[in-house]
Amino acid sequence: MMQLDNLYQEVILDHYKHPEHKGLSVLSDVQVHHINPSCGDELTLNLSLIDAVILLTWDGVGCAISMASASMMAGLLMGKTLEQARPIVDSFVALMQSKGTQSGDDSVLEDAVAFSGVSKYPARIKCALLAWMAFKDAAVQVQGK
Amino acid sequence: MSLNAKLIRKDFPIFDRTIRGGNRLIYLDNGATSQKPNAVIDAEANFYRLHNAAVHRGAHQLAEEATEAYEGARTIVANFLGAQDDEIIFTKSATESLNLLAYAIGNAPKSNRFHLGEADRIVVTEMEHHANLIPWQQLCNRTGAQLSWLKVAADGRLDLSNIDSVITSDTKIVALTHQSNVLGTINPLEAIVSRAHDVGAIVILDACQSVPHMRIDVKSLNIDFLAFSGHKALGPTGVGVLWGRAHLLDELPPFLFGGSMIASATMTEATWAPVPQKFEAGVPNMAQAVGLGAALQYLENVGMDEIHAHEIALTGRLIEDLGHIDGIRIFGPTDLEMRGGVVAFTVEGIHPHDVGQFLDSQGIAVRTGHHCAWPLNKKFGVNATVRASVYLYNDAGDIDALIESVRGAKKYFGDR
Repeated sequence: MMQLDNLYQEVILDHYKHPEHKGLSVLSDVQVHHINPSCGDELTLNLSLIDAVILLTWDGVGCAISMASASMMAGLLMGKTLEQARPIVDSFVALMQSKGTQSGDDSVLEDAVAFSGVSKYPARIKCALLAWMAFKDAAVQVQGK
Repeated sequence: MSLNAKLIRKDFPIFDRTIRGGNRLIYLDNGATSQKPNAVIDAEANFYRLHNAAVHRGAHQLAEEATEAYEGARTIVANFLGAQDDEIIFTKSATESLNLLAYAIGNAPKSNRFHLGEADRIVVTEMEHHANLIPWQQLCNRTGAQLSWLKVAADGRLDLSNIDSVITSDTKIVALTHQSNVLGTINPLEAIVSRAHDVGAIVILDACQSVPHMRIDVKSLNIDFLAFSGHKALGPTGVGVLWGRAHLLDELPPFLFGGSMIASATMTEATWAPVPQKFEAGVPNMAQAVGLGAALQYLENVGMDEIHAHEIALTGRLIEDLGHIDGIRIFGPTDLEMRGGVVAFTVEGIHPHDVGQFLDSQGIAVRTGHHCAWPLNKKFGVNATVRASVYLYNDAGDIDALIESVRGAKKYFGDR
């Protein structure tokens, strides 16, 4: 069972069972809806910039990996500026593409380094990235406003 | 039961390997694709090793042998389906077979019986795989024809109560699945075919989930076209089959144009070769067709009736044992009447992907997701399910392992 524990780390299951910033804000500058067509997971993300600071809420249906990833991402990015968010997003995406060769920079990703195990399961990388790709999309849109 | 799954597994080299450490492979994803026996792997490899040449061309011995092997495979498929040789068209997949039909029908001029216009209707069902839904949606978009569908009732069976108002006198095509790849439901063709033919419509059957698992006789089903894929029937990937009634294939315009599908050609026009060549432009997937021939022979040797009975027994065990676990919801019929060996379910509180990942850690391969039938999933209010699907090499031990592992997943995700 060790191998599976590496994928489903305690902190991931905690976020799955007790997600943070879940429930969409009433108002937002931008709303994006992303789906993973290979499995049917769905995620909606509301992004606002209040004095250039990120306000992020989300809702969705999906597996432990995709939902925990959304929860942790929201916690990491909330209160940051888009400039501060970019290296965090880039770091997470790089970790997911590392095929298990990286353990992640916890000074940037904090608890989200727990997803390092996911990069060894190619079929699950999209799950972990669902929220992050939605955020990237929303960030582009909000800057165009 | 005369079928010995343990003995059969010895013919499939993939069962010699282990999964995620030292686990025995328990392969329950047969609805997606089947494993291959040595007879198929050898037939495909030996075509390349010994006989490889472009079929229907060339004046040399290899071309003769290749043609003989390829046409021999066609005869095997025809016999398997109770059809004539010239009614069998090799494609690259069942998806291509269905698209071939949709595009060929779309090519039919006004004078042709297949011509579709705004006054015409195509009928499908709510339980179609995307491969037998999207091509018809698109054909409707191109021709202006209307798309209607038979609904699925809560028990996973087709609701035929309004069949006469769905399959109407303006219906030209009824396209449906023989067996749902999600629910396992086997559809009652007799009533549907009878109504379709009464209004002058043709019936197109997606038989991907039935041909590999039960005896099929196209004549007694009384349908007009049938599609299935080789790889779900122990055959190689890259080969599918389209069967059609000879006189309908004669009238149907071609879809892909090019080499070996013409009778004559000038710089400005061409005439078509007889069926099946009319629908097989280009050098076909020869080694794969030969491999499919070997696969169907293997199935025949085991016996289609034995295989079906074996699968139904396993399905009964699976449905019953799942029913003993709290929080399991099964999608589709829970009785074994008109039902195949595909069981989709959810485990309360655990996402199907996570269930599947846990099963995988025990060496058990299942499918998770929407199984390319998104509208059906939405109908039942779920984004995804776990799907276990059995075949001739599965046995009661595989079902027991699955059940134990589902209990394990509940513990793993629930109690931590």
